[in-house]
Amino acid sequence: MASMAAASRGGAGGEVRVGLFVTCLVDLFRPSVGFAAVKLLQDAGCIVDVPTQTCCGQPAYNSGDRATTATIAVQVIEAFASYRYVVAPSGSCAGMIKRHYPELFADDPNMLRKAEELAGRTHELVSFLTDVMGVKRVDAAFDGPVTYHDGCSGLRELGVRDQPRRLLGTVRGLDLVESRNTDVCCGFGGTFAVKYGELSNSIVERKAATVVESGAGTLVAGDLGCLMNIAGKLSRMGSTMEVRHVAEILADMTEAAPIGAPHHLKD
Amino acid sequence: MTIHPTSPQFKDNAHRALEDRDLQKALGHVRQAFIAKRAAAAEALPEFEALRDSARDIKQHTLENLDLYIEAWEDKVTAAGGHVHYARDAAEAREAVLDICRRVGARTVTKGKSMISEEIGLNQAIEAAGLVPVETDLGEYIVQLRGEVPSHIIAPAVHLTRDQVEADFRRHHTHLDASRDISSHYSLQAEARGILRERFLAADVGVTGANFLVAETGTSVIVTNEGNGDLTQLLPRVHVVLASIEKLVPTLEDVGQLLRVLARSATGQEMSVYTTLSTGPKRPDDPDGPDEYHVVLIDNGRSSMLGTSFEEMLRCIRCGACMNHCPVYHSVGGHAYGWIYPGPMGAVLTPALIGVETAGHLPNASTFCGRCESVCPVRIPLPKLMRHWREREFERHLQPAAVRGGLGVWGWFASRPKLYRLATGLAMRALSIAGGNRGRFASLPLAKGWTDYRDMPAPQGATFQSQWKNRRAQPKRAA
Repeated sequence: MASMAAASRGGAGGEVRVGLFVTCLVDLFRPSVGFAAVKLLQDAGCIVDVPTQTCCGQPAYNSGDRATTATIAVQVIEAFASYRYVVAPSGSCAGMIKRHYPELFADDPNMLRKAEELAGRTHELVSFLTDVMGVKRVDAAFDGPVTYHDGCSGLRELGVRDQPRRLLGTVRGLDLVESRNTDVCCGFGGTFAVKYGELSNSIVERKAATVVESGAGTLVAGDLGCLMNIAGKLSRMGSTMEVRHVAEILADMTEAAPIGAPHHLKD
Repeated sequence: MTIHPTSPQFKDNAHRALEDRDLQKALGHVRQAFIAKRAAAAEALPEFEALRDSARDIKQHTLENLDLYIEAWEDKVTAAGGHVHYARDAAEAREAVLDICRRVGARTVTKGKSMISEEIGLNQAIEAAGLVPVETDLGEYIVQLRGEVPSHIIAPAVHLTRDQVEADFRRHHTHLDASRDISSHYSLQAEARGILRERFLAADVGVTGANFLVAETGTSVIVTNEGNGDLTQLLPRVHVVLASIEKLVPTLEDVGQLLRVLARSATGQEMSVYTTLSTGPKRPDDPDGPDEYHVVLIDNGRSSMLGTSFEEMLRCIRCGACMNHCPVYHSVGGHAYGWIYPGPMGAVLTPALIGVETAGHLPNASTFCGRCESVCPVRIPLPKLMRHWREREFERHLQPAAVRGGLGVWGWFASRPKLYRLATGLAMRALSIAGGNRGRFASLPLAKGWTDYRDMPAPQGATFQSQWKNRRAQPKRAA
């Protein structure tokens, strides 16, 4: 039911065609987040398509491999050329396309133009719903206290902070409790988490302690990377806190087991 | 002569730091107090963000015209009766200071807090020449007693607990009554003050750093909170200022703007307790001041950063906000970085000064969380510059073979969407089955860096893309 009024905005003849950039982690590890994103976009009046895709290229980019990054970026630019908007259920991947693709092609005027054009159409999922589609509330229910972690890229590269909290505030039965230091990194950092495992661990230990201290039963965030890191730490600590992507709650699609929790028996 | 870098052993350093209970206790202060104070100071000044823009522009403009400003500044220093010594590297800088000390027959050299003096290894050189260097900033004094280097650019002893400092004082101040009570911060300060007061009076040469060098007037500016800088530079006959070339700013008005962001970013103060401007030696009608005023202007690798992608790093005004807000610094403190400059600013500057072959870990040991950039008063894009170092390493094949190989395989697949979809589809199904009902892995051979410390959530099963394709093949579901 979310904001049908918004459905007429943003596209020719009232059609808002969105290409879902599903992100490699959601594609591979947690497809249920992708389907939650599809539902949220459709509820907001979008027509959703998923072109064949791999990754935004961030692992190569942050490892200093510009050539591989550029190859992947060209792929993304071409695959998503025809959509009115490109939406990703991740601040990190959306930030890569929005902020870093133009930097990547700074010396190539032709590609730069295309990269900037794509950057202008690309959004993180929740902020797209609120800021572009004008979604004010969602039709969802969730029982219990939930705390929200701000993924670094979404927060600092894209300014995503209030939008998810606003929508979570409209979920029936959901009690949003703030943790301390929600703007502090969880220690994931992509390949950093493996290359500097011990250091990454000390950062996520502090993060896990603050989310547990909040008293919430469920942790949500907008980035699967952060969530897998924190969930992995929580389960290793023996915590019973559940971890989910914010889209699952907003879409009222919480049938899948929480991240890192035992799978339900076959449905 | 300068400190031998242990940056190549960053991982070992970090491991030791994480196991060091005193250090972990001391770092609690950095994780909380600095951040809250900076935030409150920024909040209280409506034009703070505009001042950051202005600070960035002032420093950037100066760097782009650095030759002109250095010449103008030198003329003014000379006109005020001061002397300028140019030092291309650390050795020339040390020699310039020692020359002055020898000429005036110095025995004791007091020092205000100066990171560039750490960079050039001045204390060791002064000692080797048979003179006595005395650090007069409390934190620097403590660090000197311990034979360490500062672990933070504005809070040199932030890695230590009060108990450790008490033990150091008892070990070194053996001429004092062993039964004295120095269990409080105040009593420790009072003891250091008493000892340092005698040294101030005995000093022949006082060495300070500079926060700014002003081209318009030939003035050097230092900001301190303890007043030790003033006593260091006013009481001895000779004042020597050590400064690197990027300390230049055009005018006093510019200094005023930069001061408005400096202390707020550093400690959350509106102003440091003391802001001291020095222009030449004592004039005939001055009541006090040094007979000689020297500035040793040090390059030591910085001019080679000008005009490169690392030029922006030279805007740094050494406030320390980046390390105060850095999750990596919060975990391991400053010494783990293995040289002089820690935290994000060190991760960018150190490879430029001692080589990325030696300091390569530093720009890699970052999550790119971006909090450093978000608080930098001169808006240095620190994560971007760290990434530039990673690019240099990649170009020169300096990364570990396993990392490069792994990324190469991944990149090959990621550049071939159809093959990628097929391969990942199979792999995720296999992983999902291997994960079984537990929903996570406690150990994965290729990701030990992850699973040694935390579980790896298992994939749900079929990939999103394969499921999506199957759904599309079926009749369209109701929207």
